[in-house]
Amino acid sequence: MSDILAVDGVSKVFTQPLDMAAKISNLVGAKNKEIRVEAVSDVSLSVKKGEVLGIVGESGCGKSTLGRVIAGIHESTAGDILWRGKRISQMTRAELREFTLAVQMIFQDPFSSLNPRKRITQAVSEAPYAHGMISRAERDDLTVNLLEKVGLDPSLRTRYPHQFSGGQRQRIGIARALAVNPQFLVCDESIAALDVSIQAQVLNLFMDLREEFDLTYIFISHDLSVVKHISDKVAIMYLGRVVELASASDIFAEPSHPYTKALLEQAPKISEGKRTFYPINGEVPSPINPPSGCHFHPRCRYATAVCRTQKPELLEVSPGRFSACFVTGSETSKETNEAVA
Amino acid sequence: MSSAILSIRDLQTNFFTHGGAVKAVNNVCFDVEEGKILGLVGESGSGKSVTGFSIMGLVDEPGRVAGGSIKLKGEELLGLREAEMRKIRGRRIAMIFQDPMMTLNPVLRIGVQMCEAITTHEKVSKREAWQRSRDALAEVGIPSPEERLNAYPHQLSGGMCQRVAIAIAFLNRPEFIIADEPTTALDVTIQGQILAQAQKLCAQYKTAMIWITHDLSVVAGLADEIAVMYAGRIVEQGASEEVLKTPRHPYTAGLIKSVPGEQVKGERLYQIPGMTPSLLRLGEECAFLARCPNAAAACNNVPDMTWQDGRGYRCHNPVEAANINNKAPSAQKEELV
Repeated sequence: MSDILAVDGVSKVFTQPLDMAAKISNLVGAKNKEIRVEAVSDVSLSVKKGEVLGIVGESGCGKSTLGRVIAGIHESTAGDILWRGKRISQMTRAELREFTLAVQMIFQDPFSSLNPRKRITQAVSEAPYAHGMISRAERDDLTVNLLEKVGLDPSLRTRYPHQFSGGQRQRIGIARALAVNPQFLVCDESIAALDVSIQAQVLNLFMDLREEFDLTYIFISHDLSVVKHISDKVAIMYLGRVVELASASDIFAEPSHPYTKALLEQAPKISEGKRTFYPINGEVPSPINPPSGCHFHPRCRYATAVCRTQKPELLEVSPGRFSACFVTGSETSKETNEAVA
Repeated sequence: MSSAILSIRDLQTNFFTHGGAVKAVNNVCFDVEEGKILGLVGESGSGKSVTGFSIMGLVDEPGRVAGGSIKLKGEELLGLREAEMRKIRGRRIAMIFQDPMMTLNPVLRIGVQMCEAITTHEKVSKREAWQRSRDALAEVGIPSPEERLNAYPHQLSGGMCQRVAIAIAFLNRPEFIIADEPTTALDVTIQGQILAQAQKLCAQYKTAMIWITHDLSVVAGLADEIAVMYAGRIVEQGASEEVLKTPRHPYTAGLIKSVPGEQVKGERLYQIPGMTPSLLRLGEECAFLARCPNAAAACNNVPDMTWQDGRGYRCHNPVEAANINNKAPSAQKEELV
């Protein structure tokens, strides 16, 4: 199987332009700078057809931004996305259209991602109609079909979003994404807002649809147990960088990066029973002013002098397994470590 | 039990709406002992937060505590006048809320809010109140507490604000603390810090605590006892390890099985079919009836709490201990919801 989608060195920088007062004061000698946030920094990933890639991280680590760049909602500042081996920056208009339809996104909040003034039929069948994939007469049939696929009673299709519960709305969001026959779904915290018993229902639905429609997923979540369950490959992000990338079984059996280790230790598990919590210190630093060197070094218990000054590269530690750490990394990184020290 | 700090019997909280009376909390009984943490688990709408608000005397119109008893060290709290309740609230019982950004007053400095919590209940000098606030902040692991006292809530992160809220809750060394989903809005590593903090303080000051959450795994690591709520009633109750290991109520069993990570990877998750019923339309039958795999004719009447070896469950056909490890039926047909 070849890569269906690859992310090649993508960065996304958000800048807040100076306001008028700051511009004027700059004219008379003040030194106001634009606020610049590197939300995603030089990320490279690839997803094979039929695979589920989980992206895990805490808030502010850039996982949602990365998802949005992949789904084409944000344009990347640097780097490129390859769809079936073709760079999207070099695509023709027709190819680009095909790409945007093939990659769909399912959002976190089922309460704000549906237009409250549109009936379900309109919400679900609007995109394929607008793209000329179906005629007006077919809109209703398509909706019935899709609602059945996602486990909703099609007779509810003339209702408005506020008449549904959170779990039902999330199903509508999924039906809407499926309406344009996508090959690739980006699920951004799609089950985080749901109750535990409903989470299981929606997760099962994702897995069923994957088989039925031959879908590939990027599954963004902060919930390790969900990612462990559904993903084949996992990328752990911290402050805009991917710090570890490996198969799900490897990462959860034996995490390599200190941050991954800490995350796994922190996550409470049902099977473990009562225990004492040993927290890692500190908080995620502000991405406006990230720490030098390795972003994780102020919180890391293994941090050495190199970590403060140099950025660790994402290197292959063992086959198929990448980690960005000087200390627990590969032999090569140990050598650099010694050389610098 | 004599050592119980808080003892609740037959608590009944109703909301009188246009559609009729909603029994948000129905016949809830539990005790919390000194230094113990009770995990109150349930999904949205199960009445777990309203239970917390009822204890604090904070149920708003159109809701009203309609019956039962809430005793703090043997002293009845229901029926107290507002002025008396105010003396207890914040001093003997404190509450930590879900959203730390909403609990703190955005226009007052942290220090002012903390000192207010002290001086409302005690006659102390401003300087002493300030010092105690500073110590409290240091205790919950906030770096440079002196500076933070002069900060406004928006200058702190969510995790920091939640720590401030915890510090405020512990300020007057209350006997009892209600924590209403305090880590739901926080990241995993920050959640770990908050859990560690709460655990430490509870042990140190022998505070009894209710930890309200929808997350079973949090409760597994933290609580001594668990009460599982469903549609306003406690459906299962007991020592946390036992309840999680051998759940007797089908709802608890279903919840535990539906948490990913406990089964083989990639396998279909067990799912509880359907949704929680509307509290308006609760009848005589067991509220879980429509979703229950063990439903029988007897379930048309609400079962009573059955007590056995210190554990209680509200079910006519409890899950047998031997069946719990059975795999979830893999070929479940998904119903239309």
